[in-house]
Parts: sequence; C-alpha cells; structure tokens
Amino acid sequence: MIRVVNVSKSFDGVPVLKNVSTVFEKGKTNLIIGQSGSGKTVLMKCLVGLLNNDAGQILYDNHEFSTMTFAERRIIRQKLGMLFQGGALFDSLTVEENVIFPLNMFSEMNREEKLERANFCLKRVNLENVNHLYPAEISGGMKKRVAIARAISNSPSYLFCDEPNSGLDPLTAIVIDNLISEITQEFDITTVVNTHDMNSVMEIGDKVAFIYKGELWWEGSRFEILKTENKEVNDFVYASELMRTIKQ
Amino acid sequence: MKLFFHIGRYFILLAQILKKPEKASIYRRQIILEMDNIGLQSLGIVAIISVFMGAVVTIQTAFNTDHPMLPRYAIGFATRQSIILEFAPTIISLILAGKVGSRIASEIGTMRVTEQIDALEIMGVNSSGFLILPKVVAAMIINPVLIVLSMFLGIFGGWIVSAVTDVMPVSNFIYGILFEFAPYDIFYALVKTVVFAFIITTISGYYGFFTNGGALEVGQSSTNAVVTSSIFIIIFNLILTQLLLA
Repeated sequence: MIRVVNVSKSFDGVPVLKNVSTVFEKGKTNLIIGQSGSGKTVLMKCLVGLLNNDAGQILYDNHEFSTMTFAERRIIRQKLGMLFQGGALFDSLTVEENVIFPLNMFSEMNREEKLERANFCLKRVNLENVNHLYPAEISGGMKKRVAIARAISNSPSYLFCDEPNSGLDPLTAIVIDNLISEITQEFDITTVVNTHDMNSVMEIGDKVAFIYKGELWWEGSRFEILKTENKEVNDFVYASELMRTIKQ
Repeated sequence: MKLFFHIGRYFILLAQILKKPEKASIYRRQIILEMDNIGLQSLGIVAIISVFMGAVVTIQTAFNTDHPMLPRYAIGFATRQSIILEFAPTIISLILAGKVGSRIASEIGTMRVTEQIDALEIMGVNSSGFLILPKVVAAMIINPVLIVLSMFLGIFGGWIVSAVTDVMPVSNFIYGILFEFAPYDIFYALVKTVVFAFIITTISGYYGFFTNGGALEVGQSSTNAVVTSSIFIIIFNLILTQLLLA
C-alpha cells in the first residue's frame, strides 16, 4: 500500500501539486487521471523519487520514502517496477538482456535461473521467440510488453505505469490494460497507472484519482465516475462525442 | 554564475560516479565493453593520423633545418621529440575528444531523453556511476595504449619518408630517433594521456547526463562536450607541462 499525505510540489514558485492526499491499495489497479498539465506525471515522479516533493509524505507500507537517504531509497526501489511511456528499454541490449538486467544487478541467481525467470516473464506478457531481438526491431506494443516483463522480473511489490497506452491502437491498448490488471491481481502488487485514456479507466480502474489543476479533485471506482455530479470530472469523462452518446 | 553552477554540478556528479558499484562483476564487464568502444574502435583513425602526421613532421623539420651547421640526424631527433612530447598525447587526445567525447555525450544524452536513465534510477541503480565510471576507467586504461601505438606509428611515418624520399638518409633518421632518448619523456606523455582521458570521459559524461529535451539538445550536448573537453585538454596540457618538464 502507498499512502500520499499532503504532497505539494512547485517549480520556480509555480505550484504544480497542492496538498494531494490519497491511498493506493495493494492488489488493486489504482489510476491517476486528469488533463495534460494537471500534475499527474509530477505526482508519479514524486511517488517513485524521480522528483522530490516540497512538502508532505509518501509512505510505502508505512515507511516514509521522501525523507530517506539514497541508500535507504535503493532498498525500496528494488521493490519497484516501472513501465515508462516510451518503454525506456535499453537500446544496446536485446529483449532478453533487458528483462535480465534487474536480476543481474540485484539478484544472486545463477545464469540458468535468470534465463528461466526472463523466459517466464516474457511468456507471461505473451512474448515468445523475440529474446534475441533488439528494441529497435520490435513494434511499439511489443516494446510495452517487454517493458512490463522487465518491470516484473525482479518480483516487485509496486508497479508504476506512465501512460501505458500512448501511441497504441485500441486493441493493443486493451491487451496492455488487461495485462497490467491481471499481473496486479496475480502477484498481489500495488499498481499505480497514470493515464488520460477513458477506455483504460473503464477497463481496469479499481480505484480512480482525478487530478485537476494540481489538486486531488475526486476519487472513487470506475463505476462511480460515470455517476458523479462533479462538473470537472464530467467535463473530462464526457469530453468525447462517443462518451456523451453513451451517457444519453 | 552559470560557470560556477556547472563546476559545482560537475564535482557533485564526480562524487556520485565514484561511489561503490552495486555489483563489481557487472562494472568489470562494462569496462571491457567500453575499452572496445572507446579504444579499439578508435584504432583506425589513430593509426592513419599518426603515420601521416609523423611523415609530415619529418618533411617539415627537414625543410626548416636545412643548414650546414645542423647535423641531419637532428631531423629524426626533432621528429621523435615532437611526436612523443606533444603530437601523440595532445593532438591524438584532441581527436579522441571529438570522436569519443561526442559518442559518450550523445549516447548518455539519448538515454536521458528516452527515460532510460530514469529506468535505471527507479531500479535502484546508481545511474551516473553505472554509465560513466566504466567509460572513465576504460579510457584511462586504453588511451595510453593508443598513444604509445601512435608514437610508434608517427615515428614509422617519418621513417617511411626518409626511406622513400631524398629528404635524409635512413641511417641518419634512425640515429636521430635513438639520440639521447629519455624514458621520462614517455612517462610525461602517459601522465598527460591519463589526465586527458579523465577529462574527455567525465566532461562528455557530464554533458550527456544533464541533457534536457530532445534530439536538438542531444546534439548541443555533444557539441558542448567536445568543445569543453578540448579547451580543458589545452589548459591542462600547459599546466602539466609546467609541472612535469619545467
């Protein structure tokens, strides 16, 4: 479980996050949604420690992350897996080497065990016979799946996904969404997904946190978001003609 | 003020680079890979430039010392001294600053803008140490080898000139290159090379690591890395020459 307590962050005096408090529960797919520029990426970067929050607390299973030293953070970080928007696969390594990389750095497994684990993770994301290809040789959807395989290779307790569907066609996007949701339940991890894709919200959002102008504006489940009377949430949810038609 | 900002951030980065590696075996493997990338892949350009520069230095020295009071072997002597003291360690390091420095800055800069460095950080890896330290160590090991090779090839280029032209007899050239040889000159050249290798890799790593933006900024980082490394090589050339030879 991750608890966020009154987290604030400013850049050059301009507040981007204002006293955000929420809880991301274990075994659930927690979604952060909001318009571009609302502060959801900054919140995720604060959660994983790529940015330091100016005020407030971020607690990983009651361990305060924000005030930890680099060495203390490293212990938590070894329990984190992250899927980046562009995949962030290492260009110079093959698919297999990318998945094995976290194991090489932090596990005491021998080579056979690492290979077995890598193959298990790749199979789990429905990828086979691509072990020796380089990231440049595979499609965008495959890159995302390799990135998920790499993120789960070290058996993380927390999984973060930043815009997992960006640049993907609707069918591949659903495959990635379902994969994230299945992995969350199967390995009982705390998953936080940053998205502005309403399809993802309706597909996998166990819990949805809506960020508006740097504030936590609304939170609830994917079923509740369709019924809320909150104007800003409705403007976001029913921005497309399709959603408005469905509502009517 | 910006200069002080860069100097401060450079030294903070150096402190991070020199932290204890997470897994020594991974770093050792990276060092071997980098020795190939930085050193062996520069072998061709170093060899070609060294041979031709050695030949040119011999011809120019011959034309500028055409005086009955000067013995002909002085041409070989001057060629050897020019190549060992200045050409091989400094000029080849400047060329490596262009080739290796731009490669390091653009490689690390691209990793920054494609979030690969963020991915390393989130895994708990000391990203600056993992990406820059193996390059620094590899360059400090392999560059002296390249420079010694450059010395031999430069003198070989001079020998070819004396053998195939009538600039001077080969026997005089051989006598000149052996005349009053001081091993300390090699030591001086190698000390300079190691310092220059450190400058090239850390400055290029610095510019790459702190790249912000996209493709345009990666290009700018690469250019800044080459320009700054070259300037510092020239400055440290003067400082080390004063310290070691004066």
